[in-house]
Amino acid sequence: MAAITLTSANFEEEVLKSDIPVLVDFWASWCGPCRMLGPMVEQVAEESDGSFKVGKVNVDDEGELAEKYGIMNIPALKVFKGGEVVKESVGMIPKDKIKALLEV
Amino acid sequence: MTDIIIIGAGTAGLSAAIYALRAGKSVLLMEQLTYGGQIINTPEVENYPGIKSISGFDFAQGLYEQAEALGAELKYEQVTGIDDGEVKKVKTSSGEYECKAIILATGAKNRPLGLDKETEFIGNGISYCATCDGAFFKGRVVAVNGGGNTALEDALFLSNYCKKVYLIHRRDEFRGEAKQVDKLKEKENIEFVLNATITELLGEDELSGVRVHDKLSGEDKDIELDGLFIAIGQMPENAAFAPLIELDKGGYIVAGEDCRTNVAGIFAAGDCRTKTVRQLTTAAADGAVAALAACAYAD
Repeated sequence: MAAITLTSANFEEEVLKSDIPVLVDFWASWCGPCRMLGPMVEQVAEESDGSFKVGKVNVDDEGELAEKYGIMNIPALKVFKGGEVVKESVGMIPKDKIKALLEV
Repeated sequence: MTDIIIIGAGTAGLSAAIYALRAGKSVLLMEQLTYGGQIINTPEVENYPGIKSISGFDFAQGLYEQAEALGAELKYEQVTGIDDGEVKKVKTSSGEYECKAIILATGAKNRPLGLDKETEFIGNGISYCATCDGAFFKGRVVAVNGGGNTALEDALFLSNYCKKVYLIHRRDEFRGEAKQVDKLKEKENIEFVLNATITELLGEDELSGVRVHDKLSGEDKDIELDGLFIAIGQMPENAAFAPLIELDKGGYIVAGEDCRTNVAGIFAAGDCRTKTVRQLTTAAADGAVAALAACAYAD
């Protein structure tokens, strides 16, 4: 399953109301580490067995979402479950650590 | 058995891979995080000969694609140690790999201040990457700590977004380029806080300021901040190779311009080695020198 592009229009439906945990990647095109992390997040999405999903928030396009979730560093990963942030991480991390975030 | 295992896929490691592969050797690259190394944090590289301007990400991507096209294999595994011998062994979190020669290109990482709450505040006011995170501090008050080129570039970059930028440095002279310091002096929203050391990070759940100690007056003062960008240099991560490989006091691998360590067939390239100039060009140069020496050893 490919990662979903999240916007303020679909965030509630796709993330907050989701029955399964959602890994959200806050990123920007001008951020080198984000561009390195991006393909790994994509891979995690592709490998999902259906027990979680993955979305991406471009902080330039979706400033409101970035502000709402207090993003001060990117790349930032947040795992949402039942509408709440249950795990988070900032900066570049290896793929196995991305997957570990989803063990919620 | 692989001819050469290269530990670290930054500029030095990828350059070494390109040279070794072109010399007809088999190469395995080991990387714990991502290829590209520290340069991926740099928005514009303007001092690499022959390239007027390129983003650090594009530079790293180009280097990786060049190595990959030549047949480089990259494994994302953390190296936990190495064994010397006729056949050398590289031990990782998930296995063991044999080779004839090893190139250590482990680079360096951002040096933390080492103060209480520092880790906690990452993402809550503390950053090591002004170009990644600067935009989130638009119109706010921030400080940069450090005196090298990175600190100077960060302060200049942030002054374009932020209401006010303090540049906190423990000396009254900068290691960074004089031209860069002059640019900062022209900026009205940059204030120099010199001969000053940060002794405490203030705030509960997020950073609210820093306490600085003025070395000349001996006085402490608090500066209110929304963000602190730490740029006090790098530190190597070579503990896994000691005591087999000789390290200096700072943890850098002892090796000269020929990239030879104290162990035959094990070479050190790039920022992880004892040297005075740590730049992209010197990392690439080390990669070539170490690769050709490793090729000769592997024959």
